[in-house]
Amino acid sequence: MNSLFRSRTWSYSFRSIVIIYFIGLIIIPIISIYTQSFSSGILNFWDNISDPLAWKAVFLTLKLAGIATITNILIGTMIGWVLVRYEFPGKSIINSLIDLPFALPTAVAGFIILLLLGPSSIMFEWFGLSLVFHEPAIVVAMVFVTFPFVIRGLQPLLEELDKSEEEAAYTLGSSKFRTFFQIIMPTMLPGILSGGMLAFSRGLAEFGAVVLIAGNIPGKTLVASVYIFGEIESNNPQGAAAVSVLLLTISFIILWFINKLSRGGNTL
Amino acid sequence: MRRLWISLTYVVITLLLVVPLYKIFTGAWAQGFDGFIEAIARPQSLHALKMTAIIVVTVTVINTFFGVMLSLYLVRATWLSRTIKRLSNSIVDLPFAVSPVIGGLMIVLLLGPNTIMGTFFNNIGVQIVYALPGMILATLFVTFPIMIREVMPVLQEIGDQQEQAASTLGAYSWYTFWKVTWPNIRFGVIYGVVLTVARSLGEFGAVLVVSGNIINKTQTATTLVYQDVENFNVVAANAIALVLAAFSIMLLLLMEWTKKRKGVH
Amino acid sequence: MHIQVKDLNKSFGNFQAVNNVSFEIEKGKLIGFLGPSGGGKTSILRMLAGLESPTSGDIYFHGKRVNDLPPQERGIGFVFQNYALFKHMTVFDNIAFGLKVKKQDKAYIKERVQYLVELTGLKGFEHRYPHQLSGGQRQRVAFARALAPEPQLLLLDEPFAAIDAKIRTELRTWLKDMISELGITSIFVTHDQEEAIEVADEIMIISKGELEQKGTPWEIYKNPQTPFVASFIGESSVIENIQFIRGFEDVSVDEGIKALIRPEYIEVGRPGEIVLASATVDALVKHLHFRGSEWMVELEVGDQKLITYRSLEKEVLQPGERVKVLVHRAYLFNDEKSWIMENPLKVDPLPVFI
Repeated sequence: MNSLFRSRTWSYSFRSIVIIYFIGLIIIPIISIYTQSFSSGILNFWDNISDPLAWKAVFLTLKLAGIATITNILIGTMIGWVLVRYEFPGKSIINSLIDLPFALPTAVAGFIILLLLGPSSIMFEWFGLSLVFHEPAIVVAMVFVTFPFVIRGLQPLLEELDKSEEEAAYTLGSSKFRTFFQIIMPTMLPGILSGGMLAFSRGLAEFGAVVLIAGNIPGKTLVASVYIFGEIESNNPQGAAAVSVLLLTISFIILWFINKLSRGGNTL
Repeated sequence: MRRLWISLTYVVITLLLVVPLYKIFTGAWAQGFDGFIEAIARPQSLHALKMTAIIVVTVTVINTFFGVMLSLYLVRATWLSRTIKRLSNSIVDLPFAVSPVIGGLMIVLLLGPNTIMGTFFNNIGVQIVYALPGMILATLFVTFPIMIREVMPVLQEIGDQQEQAASTLGAYSWYTFWKVTWPNIRFGVIYGVVLTVARSLGEFGAVLVVSGNIINKTQTATTLVYQDVENFNVVAANAIALVLAAFSIMLLLLMEWTKKRKGVH
Repeated sequence: MHIQVKDLNKSFGNFQAVNNVSFEIEKGKLIGFLGPSGGGKTSILRMLAGLESPTSGDIYFHGKRVNDLPPQERGIGFVFQNYALFKHMTVFDNIAFGLKVKKQDKAYIKERVQYLVELTGLKGFEHRYPHQLSGGQRQRVAFARALAPEPQLLLLDEPFAAIDAKIRTELRTWLKDMISELGITSIFVTHDQEEAIEVADEIMIISKGELEQKGTPWEIYKNPQTPFVASFIGESSVIENIQFIRGFEDVSVDEGIKALIRPEYIEVGRPGEIVLASATVDALVKHLHFRGSEWMVELEVGDQKLITYRSLEKEVLQPGERVKVLVHRAYLFNDEKSWIMENPLKVDPLPVFI
């Protein structure tokens, strides 16, 4: 077996296959979106982009993903803090449950939200609130699917924080309040920020959880990913590609920021 | 203060995670046990579940192999320049930033019936878009970074000294891989497998676009749920969703178990 | 600050970390808590700081009971074993932290930090971050930071444990000089005997949560009061008239100086064995005791007794044999001060330059 795999041909074939796979699966498709969207010329591209529905969809997505991210930063920081600093019954179960959104299919998540907040649910009957088919439902969906990011981002940083740094601050006269904001927070911040950016980027892209509950009313609850889907269904792949380019470029920029942040954090 | 935060945490977790789970489990019995079985036993349900299973297995096997190989090359290979490695490292993450719908769109644009490649494959009898191969490709794209993101950090952390020691003792690459490298990356790979399974199980947007969601032909469990909801067949949708959720819970437990064995987070 | 501790107790579940400890410390003194690891020294220190609360017992600063005061209000400075510098702040900001808390004005802060930076020899490093400093530099920043708000009590928890041996001796001397110059009451915890003897005015030996003995290094070594203390300090030789030891003739007689010499600094050999023959003095072997891994040798120089160890690899000495002794270094004490003196004759009279 050894001599078989020792031969040069095997080594080179392995390398080639892997490289071809990498280029063919990832690089070429991504490039193709960019080329395809311009394939009918710049004017066509511009037309597709400047469709007011497209613009509105993108802005709506940015806005809702932003709200969801801020919500997750607030809730996530609190939960992350509680999980690292306190002991209480059920702690390890909750810690494991946090990862649920990573394990659950997005369509199932959307379905559940439909059940919980939809027309036949408690929400509607008790509070008279029809959240589904409105913006709040989309935010809820985004919060759910991006829930773990901020928590998992700050947990390792908080765990690593040396207790003696806090104690040193106390001996220098700093109150618990001040110590939290001047000593503990800066240590957690890179994790919160990178988690938040990941959450934002994911919220922008989310489709499965949103499409089931959004109602997709153009201009009102139509998010970018659903808009793109609509364009594909109406046989306008160029239009879909154009808006995809817009969404992709925004996401890639965010990704770049995240990379920079994590590398900067490493040198510290 | 402490009590306040802990209680709030309980509230959030219950509302956001526990209640949804509960709802899924109870909703499926709305028409009793028979209703549940009926929904599962529909021919389209069985077909959809079968499709999901095929995709999950195929994608996991392929991406585990390529993921581990690429990780090894990106961390250890001497025949790649450092700039290429760094560039590739950034590119690996891209699918995470791409919306699944766009992922599906890419496959359609490249291999759809109107394209060169598409017609080529059609002529040799292989249909890609609106058929299983396309769905597998789309899922491969979406799950591509998962394994690499798990294996690379482990490889970087353990260094290659053990492998060098093995080579001085006369071991060649295959033997070294199995006896030296693999035991070290084992749990990282297993964790990656679990994550890949979970992701391919749940893949929706990309598959929806690529498959055309043709009932009994190219439907997966997730797109079937979507269709059932669109047709106001909530109980059926609930049943399928329940099956998916049950698998997810199992995967979640596996994830947590493997995470602990993995050590490094 | 005058410190008084009465019947201090600390237990963790069934484990008694500190057991009925009482002591008093005068203002301006530099005290060393010395003892084996896990003996309770750090617990006592942390209780003095308010970082831990006693199970029972009272602590008084200047006659005022401080048990219920949090660390923020005790007027202490604490130097941690691992420095605990604020990683995301520069050296300047670290040192300025305690002053900013007190809301001092900017000009004053700048002046005080500059003063401390120069005092600790960190000039030029003000804008560096902790990860850009060496271990010794970090320790000095920790020290400056603790001193900035002018605390009345300085507490140091094994301050040199994490530092290279070479730099350790330098830092020790520097610390001792600094503290005596500032006149601040200080307590430091260590498990290193040499460090305690070198730096402290008085030592408290603490083991298994109990205070075994409190006194000057001289008192402790001359009159160990408990069996633990006696075995802990080992067999150091206590010398009244160091002048009779070759190399130390210049030590003045009138100042009542006594010496403590640790066995590892006494070299004994047959005539001709010791290379620096000019630095040796004649001695008589009185007794030999076999200690398993080496010989314990009791010697007499004139009428003064010395104890040292001799390796099994060397030729065995006999009682009554005349030998040569080289004392490498001695700790010298009188009522006012203490210091270490290296044998000046140890310098090779014929240096060879290559």
